[in-house]
Order: sequence, then C-alpha cells, then structure tokens
Amino acid sequence: MIPAPFTYQRASSVDEALDLAARGGDDAKFLAGGHSLLPLMKLRLAVPEVLIDIGRLHELSYVREENGHIAVGALTSHHDLSRDRLVGSELPLLAHAAGQVGDPQIRHRGTIGGSLAHSDPAADLPAVMLVLDATLVARGPSGSREIAAGDFFQGLFETSLEPGELLTEIRIPRPAQAGWSFQKFTKRAIDWAIVGAAVQGDQVALVNMGSTPLRASAVERALAGGAAPADAAAQAAEGTSPPEDINADRSYREHLARVLVGRGLAEARSRG
Amino acid sequence: MTVNGAAVGAEVADRTLLVHFLRDVAGLTATNVGCDTTSCGACTVLLDGQSVKSCTVLAAQADGHEVTTLEGLADGDGEMHPVQRAFHAEHGLQCGFCTPGMVMATVSLLAENPSPTEEQVRTGLEGNLCRCTGYHNIVRAVLAAAGEGQASR
Repeated sequence: MIPAPFTYQRASSVDEALDLAARGGDDAKFLAGGHSLLPLMKLRLAVPEVLIDIGRLHELSYVREENGHIAVGALTSHHDLSRDRLVGSELPLLAHAAGQVGDPQIRHRGTIGGSLAHSDPAADLPAVMLVLDATLVARGPSGSREIAAGDFFQGLFETSLEPGELLTEIRIPRPAQAGWSFQKFTKRAIDWAIVGAAVQGDQVALVNMGSTPLRASAVERALAGGAAPADAAAQAAEGTSPPEDINADRSYREHLARVLVGRGLAEARSRG
Repeated sequence: MTVNGAAVGAEVADRTLLVHFLRDVAGLTATNVGCDTTSCGACTVLLDGQSVKSCTVLAAQADGHEVTTLEGLADGDGEMHPVQRAFHAEHGLQCGFCTPGMVMATVSLLAENPSPTEEQVRTGLEGNLCRCTGYHNIVRAVLAAAGEGQASR
C-alpha cells in the first residue's frame, strides 16, 4: 500500500516552506513526521499533489521558557516532549499525554504540531491544549498570528489555519491549578482513544466526543458552582455529539465520558 | 542514506516508502511488511538510532540519515548482537515474522532504558504485535538482554 503519486519538496527554512506552500496552493501539504498524513494518503483519504517536507527544520524543535510561558516548537516529537525536563516539571499533563500517543515508534516520529494541525478529535494532544489554555502560533505569507486553542479546532481534520499557513509554535501558560489527569480508554494499548479526558485543575476537555476536542463546559460550570467532583462528572456528556463506530455507540461513549471525567477529577485532586 | 554503515543511493519515485527502499533497492529483506498501517511493528528499523515503522516513513525523509536494519546488528565477524543472542537463547519467537521488528524495537528500548522492569518492557514493545501471541518469551528475552548489558558494564 503506497500513497498516490505526489511531488516531494524539501524545505530548508521556514521561509522556504512558506514559499513552496504559496506556490503549491491548495494541492500542497506540509509533511512533518508524517504519522497522521502518510496513513491517510495510503488510504487515499488525502491526495495532496505536493508534499513539503519540513522535517529538517530543526529550529522548530525546542522547549523553552519565555515571558512567563512555555514555548514548544511545533516540530518537537512526542518522544522528546514526554522526556523534556521543563515540560515534565511545569506541564506534567502534557509530558504524560505525549507519552501516551500511539507507541514508541510513533512517538519518535510524530510531532505536536503535526498532531494539532491534523485536528483528529480522537487524538490525545488537542484536548490537552484546551485545558492548558494554549495559544498556537501560525506563520503565513503576511507574518505571524496567534490562535487560541479553543478557536483552532474547527471540525474533523479542519483547523482555522489558512492555506499556506504553518503552525510553528505552541505557547502554554503555567497552569493556575496544579492537579492534573489524563484518562484514555482504549481496547489495545496503541489504539486511538475510544473516549479520553484531560483535566488540569478545574478545566476539563474530552477526546473523541464530537467532531472536535471539546471542553466539558457543563462539568466546569458545576465545579465552579461548588459541586462535588463526582456530581460534576455526571454531566460530562452534556453538549457532546459523540461519533458511533465499531468501538462504541453514542450511549456507551457518553457513559465512558462520565466515568473517565470522574476518575480524572479524582486523580487531579489527589495530585493538586 | 547510510544503511548499516554503508552509503546507499538510488533514484526512486517520490512516494517510495522506506521499507520498500530497504527491501527492493538495498536488497535487505529482514525488514518485513506486515500490516502496512503503522500498527504491527514488523517493519521497525532504527532511524538515527531510534525505532521507527518504515512503512510510514518516505525513503526521501530518510535521505542523508542513518538507517539500521536487523542485518546491521551483528558485528563484522557474524557475531550476533546481544539482543539477537537473547532472543535465540530464550526462544523469543514462534513463527519469526515479527522477530526482526521486535529485535529492532528492543535495541531502541534498551538504548533509552538499559534496565527496564517487566512492565516497562511490555509497554515499551506496545508498538509490536506477535500474532502467535509469543509475548512471554519475547519479554524474557528482552529482560535477559538487559541483564547481559548490565553484566558487561
């Protein structure tokens, strides 16, 4: 199984990548680790005519402290994120969740920017970005702009990135509340989450409960109103529209959301 | 690219996958194509020392990098790598199809964590499936290889 034919181009700088993308138009796609895009291309679910390889732009692979937030380069691999000392101490939720993506081989190649730009609602890191109040930085032909994580995920495989824009950095403030948890329910270790939940303090987001990662707003409102965690978790499925597939129907996913948010809130409080 | 220490160059189609480059161009057929969907790990090789699934890497992405396949583990005299010896001694295989990928994933795992617990071995090999379900001896082999690595230090 191989992808449909395409033209491979290699960028040696961000500027060159943007230039190639501008010339490639709608038929061009950026290739980072390729672990979301290449499987889709093999299945002909994505058929770009031009692939712009940004995998050698090492200037986009970093974690550093800047003006009170943690800046993560978009090309940082899940493996590097999961082992980074600064992420481990300041953003343990992100370090842990990055270590739960796929399997070791996938974490060696897959990147945080690629995962976010792919915008799969079943992916682990988009929900983590929501509860961490991350800001995503995109560069395009007319310069850089910042996009709040809550505005970034628009639908299944759809983001607010414009054609020709490249996600370059993720900025994450230090969490106000320390307790965190990441809950992922799968049949096999390497599978996508059937349902997942990310918790940071009283902020809660759901994996695979709609066409985008979702804030569990009803749970957050209940917690803000003083509800006990177990009572708040009972509202985890409110406002969601989970997919139905071979793994689970709607009611089972709703049940999982309530259970996982309950476990997540309990674990976060035990760490907080 | 450099494969098992030797430079290998060829003009290939842009869409050529690394696993096909290794098997069909470089003639190194230890690396198996299993599921072809980044699931089973039979095609695991080392890219700059880290385990990757070569069915989900373009040959062009590995251009200029160092690739190690199972054929590159033994030393020049044919002496097997400690991980290969451990799989042999502990009978860490049944039909053998997943074995090259298991061995390469193990080399990468032990490079990152030289003395894993049994649980760390099991999670560390979660990207490699054995359809014979021969996991018990595979885990024993990995632990034996780790022990040998410790002893020789």
